[in-house]
Amino acid sequence: MKIHTALITIMLGLSAVSAGAKDVEYGKQLYEANCSQCHGMEGDGYGVNAEDMDVMPKDHTDTEEMISRTDADLFKAIKFGGKAVNKSVLMPNWDKNMNDDEIHAVVAYLRVLCCSNEE
Amino acid sequence: MKKMTPQHRHKLATGALMLAMASSVFSANATGIKEKIQQDCAGCHALHEEKKDDQLTQRINRKGPPLYYAASKYQKEWMQNWLQDPQRIRPGGDYFANHTVVTDEGDVIDDATLLKHPRLSAADAKSATAYLMTLDSKKELLDKQAYSAKKTSRRMAAMNFSKFKGCQACHRDEEDYGGVSGPELYTAHQRLRPEFIASYIRDPQQWEPRSLMPNRHLPDKEIHKLMDYFKILGE
Ligand code: HEC
Repeated sequence: MKIHTALITIMLGLSAVSAGAKDVEYGKQLYEANCSQCHGMEGDGYGVNAEDMDVMPKDHTDTEEMISRTDADLFKAIKFGGKAVNKSVLMPNWDKNMNDDEIHAVVAYLRVLCCSNEE
Repeated sequence: MKKMTPQHRHKLATGALMLAMASSVFSANATGIKEKIQQDCAGCHALHEEKKDDQLTQRINRKGPPLYYAASKYQKEWMQNWLQDPQRIRPGGDYFANHTVVTDEGDVIDDATLLKHPRLSAADAKSATAYLMTLDSKKELLDKQAYSAKKTSRRMAAMNFSKFKGCQACHRDEEDYGGVSGPELYTAHQRLRPEFIASYIRDPQQWEPRSLMPNRHLPDKEIHKLMDYFKILGE
């Protein structure tokens, strides 16, 4: 019985990890399509559109700035746009481009961009 | 210092191939205009609605806009002229990320990778337009609101477009100024049916499930203000 429980725990643990990695991968794809034109292919704020914009898109690789935002803050900024978090309207709302799960995947990717030391 | 991703290199190769194909405009062996268009345009343009599961991948791999609802979207006169003298509508190509390179001065579009649209003879442009104008899918989405242009200050309208609505971040309202990921809008008035413009701004995802354009939840009055601006730009 104990072994059985342990097995289930391990399996659950494994599947949680792999789902997380898959989320980040999907989040990255969504980020490239919807965000990189402003925030840059590398997330540093230097997207192809940035040059002619009046407000610089946020640098998502700025660890210090990014850890000052909770996941809920980021989710809100993405779903409802800059205006909803007292930022520029140049940051659009993405509520109709992505469902909530997809926005969560983008947030997961933002966390990798800003705060993982792997690269 | 340009860095190229493997994906980018692959796109370059595809681009060169597409250009080579584009040099022979219409297939000599196809008989009717319909067959020619099916043969020669389908490589870049969707001519039928494809209800694929993975719409995002489909959008990312797109090389040109879908044409199966051409009649619901485009102005006939504009199309016939454009096909004879095509000017770039999307400064960053149909999907900007396939043409983006990361440089020390920020991301830029590598123009060399952009596809050139083939130029059609007057006769071909006429018959191609006549055929495309029969492709009227999605016409039920066209806006039914009455719209007539209102008197507008160009300066205020420009400010509304850039600062208040933020459209300019992705769309140009003049040559060489504004975002490059979206289609330019300084010829939108000539290019697009007004019922389409209104309907698309109101709900982009109805037209394309994975449209990259956000739905800004604009009331009709605000949508019409933008259309007034396109009219000023086009005249
Ligand atoms: C049209 C350009 C544009 C696009 C596209 C865009 N953003 Fe932004 N974004 C901005 C700008 C400009 C700011 C800075 C706003 C400010 O500082 O007032 C910003 C700010 C942000 C912020 C920071 C908000 C804060 O708390 O400071 C987040 C997070 C963000 N964007 C995420 C995203 C994500 C995720 C996407 C894609 C789904 C995206 N953005 C697409 C322009 C854009």
